[in-house]
Amino acid sequence: MMVTSLRPKPGPPRSYRFPQFKDETLPSGVRLITAPVAKLPLVTVLVLVNAGSTSEPRGKEGVAALTAAGLLEGTASFDGAELAEKFEQLGTSLESGADWDSAFLKITVLSDKLQEATRLLGEAISSPVFPEREIERLKAERLAEILQLETEPRGLADEKFSEFLYDDESRYSKPDEGSTESVASLTRGDVEQFYKSNYSSGGTTVIVVGDISSENAKRLILEAFANWPRGSSRETQLSGKARQSRKSTHIVNKPDAPQSELRVGHVGLPRKHPDFFPTLVMNAVLGGLFGSRINLNLREAHGYTYGASSFYDWRRGPGPFVVSTAVESEVTAPALREILLEIDRIRSEKISAEELSLATDYLEGVFPIRYETTAAIASALATIAIYELNPGYYDSYRTNIRNVSEDAILEAAKTHLHPELLQTVIVGDASTVRDSLANQGMGEVTVHNV
Amino acid sequence: MRIPVETFRLENGLLVTLSEDHTAPIVAVNLWYHVGSANEKIGRTGFAHLFEHMLFQGSAHVSSNEHFELIQRAGGTLNGSTWLERTNYFETVPSNELGLALWLEADRMGELLPAMTQTKLDTQRDVVKNERRWSVDNQPYGTFLEKMQELVFPASHPFQHSLIGSMDDLSAASLDDVAEFFATYYTPDNAVLSIAGDFDPSETRKMVDDYFGPIPKGKARPPLPPMDLPPVFEKRLRELVYDSVSLPRLFMAFRSPVFGSDAYYAASITSAVLGLRRGSRLHRSLVRERQVAADASAFTFDLAKGTDLLIVDVTARPETTATQLEEEVEREVDHLHSEGVSETEVRRAISLIETDLTASMQSAGERADRLSMFATYFGDPALINEQADRYRAVTTEEVNEIVSERFGEDNRASLIYLPKEGVESENVLAAAGTG
Repeated sequence: MMVTSLRPKPGPPRSYRFPQFKDETLPSGVRLITAPVAKLPLVTVLVLVNAGSTSEPRGKEGVAALTAAGLLEGTASFDGAELAEKFEQLGTSLESGADWDSAFLKITVLSDKLQEATRLLGEAISSPVFPEREIERLKAERLAEILQLETEPRGLADEKFSEFLYDDESRYSKPDEGSTESVASLTRGDVEQFYKSNYSSGGTTVIVVGDISSENAKRLILEAFANWPRGSSRETQLSGKARQSRKSTHIVNKPDAPQSELRVGHVGLPRKHPDFFPTLVMNAVLGGLFGSRINLNLREAHGYTYGASSFYDWRRGPGPFVVSTAVESEVTAPALREILLEIDRIRSEKISAEELSLATDYLEGVFPIRYETTAAIASALATIAIYELNPGYYDSYRTNIRNVSEDAILEAAKTHLHPELLQTVIVGDASTVRDSLANQGMGEVTVHNV
Repeated sequence: MRIPVETFRLENGLLVTLSEDHTAPIVAVNLWYHVGSANEKIGRTGFAHLFEHMLFQGSAHVSSNEHFELIQRAGGTLNGSTWLERTNYFETVPSNELGLALWLEADRMGELLPAMTQTKLDTQRDVVKNERRWSVDNQPYGTFLEKMQELVFPASHPFQHSLIGSMDDLSAASLDDVAEFFATYYTPDNAVLSIAGDFDPSETRKMVDDYFGPIPKGKARPPLPPMDLPPVFEKRLRELVYDSVSLPRLFMAFRSPVFGSDAYYAASITSAVLGLRRGSRLHRSLVRERQVAADASAFTFDLAKGTDLLIVDVTARPETTATQLEEEVEREVDHLHSEGVSETEVRRAISLIETDLTASMQSAGERADRLSMFATYFGDPALINEQADRYRAVTTEEVNEIVSERFGEDNRASLIYLPKEGVESENVLAAAGTG
């Protein structure tokens, strides 16, 4: 009628290249990656240290996160409040933390404030004093966060899933920031010891992205990290041993819950696995996109949920593969049945050319959209550093996606999806859900309290 | 830092704004419709949002869910969102796919209704009900927004009712409602189209003309009831909510100058002084020094009509009772009200805000969204370039004027969440309350 019914055809694509970067090792042993991007007067500096949760000594779970947070709580010259004030007077957006594979400190700041902010950053990371009072406060804040999880179904489901999935010997079985028991037992001495053993030049990568040349960035970093202790350490616990070798289902009882939070999955693959690309594309078709099988089935065909997705949580060691959704309590069993069917289906028959191109066209096309900000480019470079990927990784990324075939996806699904090992966690109302799960092929069903 | 802004209007009333940036081969398309939950009729709470879901269910030349598929196939990202005053739809695509994004938006602006069916409405109703369960009912403090709206706005005020809507009202929504809402509000003269990123301006103007030009102008829209409210509540407002939460949490609201007004910038700075990042007053005092709170922050809703709300949000540490939490926050607010803020605090706030404003301009999608916002609320997308200057121009005296006007005891509304298990202390709390 009014609006033309002819769909426009795409014009010729314009080429895009991931920002060029310089990758060098400073005399101290620090790896420095610099990517000049002059779009706006902004710079992100990301410092990565091999001091994530998988570097923690057994029994000290949570010390990595506590140490990373403690870096901002005071130095030889400033206490924590003064340090925050100094950073913020410069307008610095500042973050510190630790994940499974590394600890990080990240600032984003206007270019004319970069020098001062980087000096402060260098000071925070090189001469922290970890005041007892502040370490005890950070512990109390973490304990409050754990307590909050008891009433937060999404976080609780994630945490219980890890607990039921991994064997006790795997660091991944426990929360990355520690449990009530482990955090309560940590001391200032543990923090200092963890810092001394893990924060050193050989395990550090500094990434500078934004409105600054590689030469100037290097000068700044050499100055800011002049006092950075030398040395290297790399003892990590990367075991991904599973707790069970058969399918089972765990209901975490939350009486009267209006929805069931569902997590279904098994131990996945380490990030450096050679099947990374076929597995990535296979998962995009299965549950990685809005138009994926699992989302279209559970949300658009059945209206069971606001959204459903699946993903591989890529880590140095084998992180989990997980399907994640929340469904109305009454439809818990049928929703789980659809999830299992989709996992079986993608393992038993080749996907169509249409489905393949939906996933590969998306992953290829969205590539430049992912790197609009200095912080996003810095994270992408961090991925190269953390997982020891080759420097041309982003230049060949789209070709690697394009080269994945329907056969490779079927192969990846058969090899890397394991229906017989699926662990299911349901955070929901056990009285509504439990009986409906009998004879549904969900393995043994147990009920747990929060 | 300034971005280029070019604005024109089609004959049917559609306001179009263009902002070129050729640093990457991507472009963002963003539409704001000047309709939100405030425009809903009695008995149809949640309809504006449910309607947003229906806009992804196809249109005359686009089949169900094809909108998502076509954009993702093109390598783009997309979504929509609903707020009290507006609904937005947006996609970022590789620049050679700009035509597709514009065509899809035009097809659903022009001819949505042929694609609407009862089955699609029923499915999306279920999806939205699940969204409500997920983000409101089964989430600690998830009822914050609707409880706060109910507490601080008078019964007949358009901002008073729930955005996500009640289950009953969602159940009652019909295809007739869809048709009426579409005809009334989804018209070119009630919308703004922004395009930011890598595009050719003359080709783009032609596409906009071709796709959106033929869509007819709408009819007169029913006016919103009067929105204006006095600058303060004029009394203490207070509500206790016993919920499935682990820790007490206090949301304290203040009526605040509307978004975009001169006084708004002073209020926004006050909010940052109080609760933006770790160096803010509340964090420093309640989290770091007194250690009564696990977390503390403050923000503004940025409402452009009636009144804005400034919210202080403080979560107790496990050993802090709700009564203590309330006393501690009251003391901070009293202190602010009586002593005002310092020049140093204002400078810290402006520096942080300036970095955030610049950082937000990095993404084409965010640029386009802000252009649409300024165009929708004030008819002038170029205001995007004046924000940093407006913040920098605010003096400490101006901030303190706002503090003295808006932070007295006559302008505080407290919404206090308590763990259900703590019900035995209810009487104590009720007795301690002033409202």
